[in-house]
Amino acid sequence: MTAPNAASARSAPPNGIAPLLAVRDLVKHFPITRGVFRRRVGAVRAVDGVSLDVFPGETLALVGESGCGKTTTGRAILRLIEPSAGEIRFDGADVRALGGDALRRLRRQMQIIFQDPFSSLNPRMTVGAIVREGLTIHKLAEGEAADARVRELLDEVGLRADVASRYPHEFSGGQRQRIGIARALAVEPRFIVCDEPVSALDVSVQAQVINLLEDLQREHGLAYLFIAHDLSVVEHIADRVAVMYLGHIVELADADELYRRPIMPYTQALLSAVPVPDPTRQRHRIILSGDVPSPANPPSGCPFHPRCPHPRKDDACTRLVPPLEEKEPGHLVACIKQTPTTVSWPEQQSAGGTMQPERIIPDALG
Amino acid sequence: MHPLVWIAAAVLTTLACGAIARAGDGDSGSPWRIALTRLRDNHAAFAALCVIVALLIVAALAPWLAPYSPIAQPDIVRLKNLPPSLAHPFGTDFASRDVFSRALYGARVSLSVALLAIVVSASVGTAYGAIAGYVGGRIDTLMMRLIDAGLSVPRILLLIAVLALWAPVPLPVLVLLLGLTGWFGVSRVVRAQVLSLRERDMVVAARALGASDREILWRHILPNVLSPVIVSITLGIANVLIVEAGLSYLGVGVRPPSASWGNMILDGADEIASLWWISTFPGLAIVVTVMAFNLLGDGLRDALDPRQVDG
Repeated sequence: MTAPNAASARSAPPNGIAPLLAVRDLVKHFPITRGVFRRRVGAVRAVDGVSLDVFPGETLALVGESGCGKTTTGRAILRLIEPSAGEIRFDGADVRALGGDALRRLRRQMQIIFQDPFSSLNPRMTVGAIVREGLTIHKLAEGEAADARVRELLDEVGLRADVASRYPHEFSGGQRQRIGIARALAVEPRFIVCDEPVSALDVSVQAQVINLLEDLQREHGLAYLFIAHDLSVVEHIADRVAVMYLGHIVELADADELYRRPIMPYTQALLSAVPVPDPTRQRHRIILSGDVPSPANPPSGCPFHPRCPHPRKDDACTRLVPPLEEKEPGHLVACIKQTPTTVSWPEQQSAGGTMQPERIIPDALG
Repeated sequence: MHPLVWIAAAVLTTLACGAIARAGDGDSGSPWRIALTRLRDNHAAFAALCVIVALLIVAALAPWLAPYSPIAQPDIVRLKNLPPSLAHPFGTDFASRDVFSRALYGARVSLSVALLAIVVSASVGTAYGAIAGYVGGRIDTLMMRLIDAGLSVPRILLLIAVLALWAPVPLPVLVLLLGLTGWFGVSRVVRAQVLSLRERDMVVAARALGASDREILWRHILPNVLSPVIVSITLGIANVLIVEAGLSYLGVGVRPPSASWGNMILDGADEIASLWWISTFPGLAIVVTVMAFNLLGDGLRDALDPRQVDG
């Protein structure tokens, strides 16, 4: 692991354990084309230099608003979308260099669960056939053995074995999500990208699915990249949390640390919006002004500067791209105004900075 | 005339329609069965389906059902242009041929030409559309521009030109020409469907499992493209029937003495005011058949609507 900014992804590694998945400077730009000849006129910078590690058996949550690139990140890691640049290593293997059979074999180890339980299951296949597909592709079981394995998998996700002969449309959203989980489990993966697996479900069902994912993680030692747009959903399941904004990771820390002491002004705003089940507590929400800028035309410097409520925000924020740097042990933040920072004050001044950096923790989070 | 064969044909039709109706029973959740149940409960479409089944059986059994040979000219002086009677239910034409027998054999020719042509259209159209939609990019753009070019040529005029230059055209060539000029619509439908299916999570899931492009096309994309293809095939049959009838009427399609509904209308066209039966009965046959296929197509469109299957 000798990527240039390897440090940037290393928040609190379990001592001495090598990461299962190591992503460095992952970039995905979607070209914008015009006309008959598909002239390239620009690019949507969906993912713009993301680095992260996922350790065996842990859950790394990737949180951000719609359109911040979190889904693209998940799919680019699995090469379901071809990354534009960057390095992806899974258990030491260079994922981007693989092709053909080698890639096919690797896919067994990395699976994905989807947000939409309706479009993720083929309506013309029985549940049994859906779960069995991975077994067939990787020749893990045939005939009777495959039937038995399908029953076992359905049982494991809490479905009765006789659902195998039925079709997806006969099931509720939560049950369909369980079918999708069984399909992913069939190939015995070590790592699963959970792409907003509960966002489309009723609140009462969300907890059931999250509990199921936790049980499976414990039994199989699975590592999750858990994508969500809502910090409150991941609080329960995440070991570490990465906050994404406009294609960048802007904060990465242990879940407890991040919820207790968010440092990036964006995370602070998000957390101030999380409802607290305590009527006696007064909370002042930090209201962000404006919308998320278009990733086709992102702001210069810090991607968050047009909406940032930090009182020390100045012209340096519009010119300098903030590095993701360690502000507390194991707590990475991309902000040049929250101390400490490696972007020195003279450096900021020469970029038009007029306000000294200072650690600000808003009252709203007190 | 063999009354027993007629009874057999009627029994066969009843049995076939009954079997279709029963196949829609039961509460198994297969999307195909659900579609069948919905089709059965749509009275117009189910009636149309029964008419089509009857027509197919009649066409298949034409040699045993027809009271006369379709090309025999027993007495072109005394037996010509007879009005409908018990001996000749649809009358006779200018060459003393029995119009009823010719209509039965005409069903054979017209239906088999239409069905075979649509098989050609559907195969070519599905393959072309699936490739364009799945590969995407410049290849897709190029392939779709070719379709636009193809659609800008009036089909009937093109066919008349080719058939007139190539006369007399053997039936298989006619089928091929009809099929190869009729697949643009199918391929557009298939491409649009493939484009949207390609981005569905179920395809992403299959890719994540390690499925190859071929496996994804066969298992996940084509089965879900089938519904719109079936609808467009059914409506396409009606269209090919009309085109074939038109060409035969113009004298460049199915050539006499072979009977097709189109050239039978031509036989009576000069004297339609006085010898009305020669053109009217094949005309009615075309109307009934085309309407049946259109009604069935509309019914299938509703019955196969995937949005209702998903819900």
